[in-house]
Amino acid sequence: MAAAVASWLRRAWEHDLAWSFRRSPVTILAAFLTLACVGSALFAPWVAPHNPFDSATLNLTDGFTPPAWTDKGSAKYLLGTDDQGRDVLSTIMYGARISLGVGLAAVLFSATLGVSLGLLSGYLGGRLDTFIMRVADIQLSFPAILIALLIDGMTRIALPRDMHDQLAVYVLVLAIGVSGWVQYARTVRGSTLVEKNKEYVQAARVIGRGPFAIMLHHVLPNVMGPVLVIGTIHVATAIITEATLSFLGVGVPPTQPSLGTLIRIGNNFLFSGEWWITVFPGLALVVLVLSVNLLGDWLRDALNPKLR
Amino acid sequence: MSATPLLEVEDLRVEFPTRRGTLVAVDGVSFAIAPGEVLGVVGESGAGKSLTGMAIIGLLEPPGRIAAGEIRLEGERIDHLRGERMRRIRGRRIGAIFQDPLTSLNPLYTVGEQLVETILTHLDVSRGEALRRALQLLSEVGIPAPQARLGHYPHQFSGGMRQRVVIALALAAEPRLIVADEPTTALDVSIQAQIIALLRGLAREHGTAVMLITHDMGVIAETADRVAVMYAGRLAELGPVREVIHQPRHPYTAGLMGAIPKVGAVRRHARLVQIDGAMPRLNAIPPGCAFNPRCPKRFGRCTAERPEPLPVGDALASCWLYADDSR
Amino acid sequence: MIRADRPLVRLIEVGRDFDVSKPWLNRVVEGAPRLMLRAVDGVSFDVSQGETLALVGESGCGKSTVARLIVGLYPLSRGRIEFDGRDLAAPDTDAARLRRRMQMIFQDPYASLNPRWRVRDIVAEPVRVLGLAATKGAERARVAELLRQVGLAPEDGEKYPHEFSGGQRQRISIARALSGNPEFLVCDEPTSALDVSVQAQILNLMTELQERLGLTYLFISHNLAVVSHIADRVGVMYLGRMVELAAAAQLFAAPRHPYTRMLMDAIPDLEMSGKARTPVVGEVPNPLAPPAGCAFHPRCPHADARCRSERPQLRPAAAGAVACHAVAEGRL
Repeated sequence: MAAAVASWLRRAWEHDLAWSFRRSPVTILAAFLTLACVGSALFAPWVAPHNPFDSATLNLTDGFTPPAWTDKGSAKYLLGTDDQGRDVLSTIMYGARISLGVGLAAVLFSATLGVSLGLLSGYLGGRLDTFIMRVADIQLSFPAILIALLIDGMTRIALPRDMHDQLAVYVLVLAIGVSGWVQYARTVRGSTLVEKNKEYVQAARVIGRGPFAIMLHHVLPNVMGPVLVIGTIHVATAIITEATLSFLGVGVPPTQPSLGTLIRIGNNFLFSGEWWITVFPGLALVVLVLSVNLLGDWLRDALNPKLR
Repeated sequence: MSATPLLEVEDLRVEFPTRRGTLVAVDGVSFAIAPGEVLGVVGESGAGKSLTGMAIIGLLEPPGRIAAGEIRLEGERIDHLRGERMRRIRGRRIGAIFQDPLTSLNPLYTVGEQLVETILTHLDVSRGEALRRALQLLSEVGIPAPQARLGHYPHQFSGGMRQRVVIALALAAEPRLIVADEPTTALDVSIQAQIIALLRGLAREHGTAVMLITHDMGVIAETADRVAVMYAGRLAELGPVREVIHQPRHPYTAGLMGAIPKVGAVRRHARLVQIDGAMPRLNAIPPGCAFNPRCPKRFGRCTAERPEPLPVGDALASCWLYADDSR
Repeated sequence: MIRADRPLVRLIEVGRDFDVSKPWLNRVVEGAPRLMLRAVDGVSFDVSQGETLALVGESGCGKSTVARLIVGLYPLSRGRIEFDGRDLAAPDTDAARLRRRMQMIFQDPYASLNPRWRVRDIVAEPVRVLGLAATKGAERARVAELLRQVGLAPEDGEKYPHEFSGGQRQRISIARALSGNPEFLVCDEPTSALDVSVQAQILNLMTELQERLGLTYLFISHNLAVVSHIADRVGVMYLGRMVELAAAAQLFAAPRHPYTRMLMDAIPDLEMSGKARTPVVGEVPNPLAPPAGCAFHPRCPHADARCRSERPQLRPAAAGAVACHAVAEGRL
């Protein structure tokens, strides 16, 4: 058993993808940073030096402490504290949880919706295809943020007040998800049109398989490649979108602040001198999004057969 | 056959460095083409015949490179030329015809423009003269109403007509040698016959030598004076076309000829001669003779030493069966 | 063993049109008409059980379309296809059930196998779909047996298609086609993409399997030499129509239709006998605008006024059938 795992690992290491990864220092750094962000976000309750949401541990008098390396700072609060005495580093870690969580969930939703619609559109063709593609075209003429705002607004009207906060995260995921499906659908539709005419699909039809079985078992595995690349880069966009919405005040509720919320809250104190409350969450956001983007770039080039 | 060969290839070696090791795609191939002669280079996929042609024209895609050997055109070495100097030779003294007529022509320019550009690049003539030559070339390759066709775009021609235009382009600068890589493979049988006849006729008229690369022995039989058979990057047999086809010396050539279905020659359901196995991959070429694992006439020496091209009759065969001292 | 009394497959005046018109909007704006391509036009023939019928012709003649019409990849535009005596398009026929008895082998060994599936899954697919194996073990045994039958090893089932050469992939295709126990195999240029020595292996394999399993083949090819080795009867197609249909020996010894003769003359002469041959003339016309009357008349040295206006029907001549006025009138 161990021998099998070891041999698989060795083959994975030798694989073209791993080799291309090893050759690019930028990608290795990006991967490391992404892993660090994801790791600290995932394990925040254990890794963060403080729990910023446990009011029992908060000390108002510790509020507005500057970062540890400045003269008024303290080693207890590495990046300083905000107005309520919450440790900025810890809020960043917890905030990253929300940001990443919403980002990943939105991408998953988006990808599932987009890939399904793209497959159906490409394989079945006809009026369904025309309809789906026109909807996609119409949606593309609006900025994604606007779509997200629209969906968010509509659900707020539809839901009773008290449920807003509970469902805010889900609504956000839905909003960002719906605003992003088109790129998946278009790409998958294109690939599906190509695969549909290949002889292995015709062979499956001759064998007697139905269209849905063929789409799911034959076509889907062959069109997923670009989806991975789009998805990785989309995670970065989704996180930014969530941050923007939260910054505008229509994202997550303040009880579960994401990086965007933190930036907004900290913004109020920027010009009164307490710069660290907004700058560090902002930097964290930039680092996270940049490293995910770089990872996505590498993946796209590594998977592109023409560049190999 | 005149004294100085037009093209001499000596011990050509084409390598592809990959991260898993170096692949030798052409290994020590030597042959010569006399002026006005048609040499067929035949082999199955992976034999290295296209790469040999590419090396001669100077169109090897990196990381592929000529690792050893010499290529001499009219006595001058051309394998080490780069950039501008290679460009001047290519097109002027060596013309090329590739397999796919669709991608060989630039879809954005008319046929006339492409012909004139080629002529002006390589020959020192006026534009009017170039136009006249282009017209003459089009009618020589058998395109009806050439005056009107000069202004047509490639997509307005059918497949066979396009290949004729490609031949015209190859002849435009009056080259001494044309390298044709599978010129008829993408065409229908009836068109194929026309193009083969055209190529043979034009080569004779213009005195141009042709290096005809193909996997189709039938095309070779119709067109070539001599034929080189390649296997796994090496030369298996080289000789006059009649001899190689009717009296193949190398067991691979014999197997190949037996495997080709012939119309009406045998009764239906007769088993075709079958060479078991497949051509070895470039990274798995056996020691000694590359063909030995599949050879019905293999003996001791074949697995140990790689055979040199040995003279037998009017031909050369890289097979130990023909060494006087072998046993 | 050929059972000439039992046609397994019958095609009766089969036709297939493709709509190649410009998109609706363009047509409305430009006033362009609908464009229909008659890929297959009035083709009729039988395939007897146990025989190999070859369809030959150059690109655009419709032979691949006929293949796809038979297996149901395209619906018929005109005519009727009968399998084992039953009309496949009739509402009370269980066409799906009948079609289980036929399978297809494709031309491109690289595109005909799903690159993401293991070979054992590819070969087992018909077994699973048709429910032919009761247990996983039975299925695995069947796959191993099939792989052995086509000259591969049972261990090859664990690999992916890209690990095999073109010839080996074609063997996998054959194994897949056989796994559903079909009676009738439609082979669309199965060796055209293969090297000569590999082609010989595959043709020998197919002949052997036919004898062993009693299969009936419809063999599509543009290569007359290959066809002469494997076919019992040959149908020659041109621009969607059948121009000659005869026993193979007859066709190759004495072709009647001028197009068949032209095709024979165009085959490169490996014997280098220096035999005189009529040079090939012209090219296949645009299928969107076929010539009136006989489709071959612009290239035919024997065309007369009747040929230019009246389309010839496939009529019995000597030991076959020919669609040619000159032959019917005795001019040829």
